[in-house]
Amino acid sequence: MSYPLAAAEGEGFVSPGPGTFVFPPLFGEGTFFTKTMLIVVLGSFAIAVFYYLAARRAATVPGKLQFAGESVYGFVRNSIALDAIGHEGRKYVPYLATLFSFIAVLNISGIIPVLQFPATSRIAIPLFLAIISWVIYNAIGIKRQGLVGYFKNMMFPPGIPWPVYILLAPIELFSTFFVRPITLALRLTFNMFAGHLVLVLFVLGGEYLVFDKGGLVGIAAGSVALFGSIVLTFFEGFVQLLQAYVFTLLTALYIGGALADEH
Amino acid sequence: MVEGNVNMIGYGLAAIGPGIGIGLIFAAYISGVARQPESRSMLQSIAILGFALAEALAIIGIGLAFAL
Repeated sequence: MSYPLAAAEGEGFVSPGPGTFVFPPLFGEGTFFTKTMLIVVLGSFAIAVFYYLAARRAATVPGKLQFAGESVYGFVRNSIALDAIGHEGRKYVPYLATLFSFIAVLNISGIIPVLQFPATSRIAIPLFLAIISWVIYNAIGIKRQGLVGYFKNMMFPPGIPWPVYILLAPIELFSTFFVRPITLALRLTFNMFAGHLVLVLFVLGGEYLVFDKGGLVGIAAGSVALFGSIVLTFFEGFVQLLQAYVFTLLTALYIGGALADEH
Repeated sequence: MVEGNVNMIGYGLAAIGPGIGIGLIFAAYISGVARQPESRSMLQSIAILGFALAEALAIIGIGLAFAL
């Protein structure tokens, strides 16, 4: 996807592509540790330290840190677990809260200076999380309703005239076993991918216009692009938190669906 | 002379549908909250869910635009 703005001068602007997301190893050739892995390690460490410090001295009147930790946990419990699953949702709050914090932190690394790369834009991480969620909601469904009952409730929900089942049963089966985990992973990955790509495009394009292209028009347009990149950074932060919420909410809804035996 | 990938035109066309869909979802959400403000918390998660499902189409589109 080259888009030469100044091809005549011999050096054009090369817009960023999927190559932006591939990093060389941090410690030279032959090693395997990349920036993405560093972000995952740092993010996990930050979450662990945050929750440990928040829960270390649990007091009736919470301190600042305890309040922050409890807000995140309470948000997941009240507006995700209890809303989407019901009163049984309390049991799944630890998993959902972990999922939410992990995704949110790895997403937010996309707008933290120096890191500035959302680790979740590499499909391995969302795909693995989606597989964990997939195993959990299927296991819950089979445990709760039995193997036959789970498939029966999923493929043949009662209260529908029987000819519809010819169409509905394969669609439901396909949806539950293939579409759900794949869309769960793809949604998160490509939201982060597209957001990061647009951000990189704005910054690199603005920099090219101001410093390489130059001239009144170049500097004016480049300044607009660079200012736009700041606005986009805040928008991106909003999208990153929203996507962490969406991933957790959908997982909770799938768990809730697996728990509801009789419709 | 503009070079580029035709996939991106396809992606632009593919994004029309989800765009309209997301607009309709939030229009319904806003009018629902305007009519009955106390139903906000209940409608919010439904609206976000619908948004996420409609958005998945656009997201699959951009994934395929890069992959194919």
